[in-house]
Amino acid sequence: MKILLTIQDSSIAPRFDQATEVMIAEHDGQRLHGEPRTIILPHRSAEELSDLIVKEGVDCVICGGIEESYHKFFIWKKIKVYDGVIGSHAEALQRYLEGELLSGMILPSAQVE
Amino acid sequence: MNDNFTHILSQGMYPALLNAVPHGIAVTDRDCKIVAINNTLEALTGVMSADAHGVFVDFVLRSNIARRGRTFRDVLAGGDPMVVEGDIVSRDRRKIPMRFTITPLQTVDEQTVGLIIVLDDLSAVVSPAGLEGDSAISESIIGHSSKMREVFELIPLMAHTEASVLITGETGTGKDKIAEAIHKRSNRGSKPFIKINCGALPEALLESELFGYVKGAFTGATKDKPGMFRLAQGGTLFLTEIGDMPLPLQVKLLSVLDDREFFPLGGERKVQVDVRIIAATHRPLKERVSQGLFREDLFYRLNVLQLHLPPLRERESDIRFLINHFLRFFAERTGGSVKTFSDEALRLLMDYAFPGNIRELRNVVEYCTNICQHQQIGVDDLPKQLLAHTRSASQPSAASPLFSSIPERPDRPREANRDWLSIEKEMIIDTLTQTRGNRSKAAALLGWGRTTLWRKLKIHGLMSPTEPNNEQG
Repeated sequence: MKILLTIQDSSIAPRFDQATEVMIAEHDGQRLHGEPRTIILPHRSAEELSDLIVKEGVDCVICGGIEESYHKFFIWKKIKVYDGVIGSHAEALQRYLEGELLSGMILPSAQVE
Repeated sequence: MNDNFTHILSQGMYPALLNAVPHGIAVTDRDCKIVAINNTLEALTGVMSADAHGVFVDFVLRSNIARRGRTFRDVLAGGDPMVVEGDIVSRDRRKIPMRFTITPLQTVDEQTVGLIIVLDDLSAVVSPAGLEGDSAISESIIGHSSKMREVFELIPLMAHTEASVLITGETGTGKDKIAEAIHKRSNRGSKPFIKINCGALPEALLESELFGYVKGAFTGATKDKPGMFRLAQGGTLFLTEIGDMPLPLQVKLLSVLDDREFFPLGGERKVQVDVRIIAATHRPLKERVSQGLFREDLFYRLNVLQLHLPPLRERESDIRFLINHFLRFFAERTGGSVKTFSDEALRLLMDYAFPGNIRELRNVVEYCTNICQHQQIGVDDLPKQLLAHTRSASQPSAASPLFSSIPERPDRPREANRDWLSIEKEMIIDTLTQTRGNRSKAAALLGWGRTTLWRKLKIHGLMSPTEPNNEQG
């Protein structure tokens, strides 16, 4: 399964439509398969990022704030979305694999970065 | 968090004070990390103040103005407050336009200990009626003035018919964007939108561009060319500057509009087309009809639906929004931080009539953002031509004999509800009277080149009939 995180430096990017970098990881539901890869986007565009997510066959998106239209689009495409997440992408990914991630979650790493 | 700030907060009255203000408020320390947010911001972001404590402010605000924190750090470093417009994504996943007032928080000994960020919800005034749900279009057409709202309300109605549309309005008012918006929202939205400028090409070339030609139609026609009508098949053909279309071509266009078929140049077989026509012009077509420069039948054929775009000077409340929009746009493009205009510079901009409309406003903002080396754009950073206009209009300066000699400009058109052309004509006459007919001096006083003045004299019919048709000093 594939998971995509919109990132800004070591954190989850505050906004989906403003993200210029994403991390894509493959996993079996419990652990990662190989190293996550990072993609630098040519510019900020929620539309193009959505296209990328669909083309990559991503099953789950972890991001910051996202507009309702894109959220609905992903739900329609049967892509799980954890939005409004604040904290480091490493911790978010870890929490997700442990089944503990929730939308709107402020992770402990958000306060120490 | 530094001690000074903790000391201030320890006085205990700040939460109540913040909650008493009906705007979202975030207080940060020097590292731009949240110290407190008020109830309004909690409701907007869905983040509780206690949970937000110590989190970098933009992770909570989810704004489009932070530029990875640079905006906030610039205010901390510069010590001057900044007002910038942008948006946030709320807890219920709505993009809400906001005015952010970012103010350094200073102790009595003027030591900056943090920031206070006030968010003023602009959604009541910014949302362009009729274009919600179409972010690509609504982002490219900005306006909340009553005149633009009327335009926005007409766009969906015009999109849902097949009738020809005639868009009128001065140069730079956004006729192209409106035409594209109508096309995008129509059933033809997924089909081509082809634009052709009827005033930019000589007659023969325009004809071949519009209707295409077949191989061997003329010397150099080495292969078939489909032409714009066929390229726009199923979609929309946007004929801009239709008022400048040569008369012979007007006949052919009318025939195509009536029959939906035509012969390409040199062709023997008729081509059938299904194309919707949107035409635009900055010229008064009705007048051109009476002057015999535009066919009356074509005018009525195109003028099924008419949409008039107001000039910027009649959209006073939009000027500030557009200024902020372009400031953000150029900051994003150059990768710098968002600059602001000083109060005085802003006042001069608001007083300026912008005869070139939004195109001119955009160019002015681009000029200022490139010229100004500081965070705040001052009067000295404004284009000189604009200064000449605004000074002449609002504050004749004793220090400048050049400006002081300009006659007082008539009332603003929006105040007097007068047509800009008549005001411009009056202004030219007044200035020429002042300079005793010397056009070079008049042009200098008006801040125009001599050619511009000459062109405007011609437009307003101020040239004597015996005068040769070239520029005279």
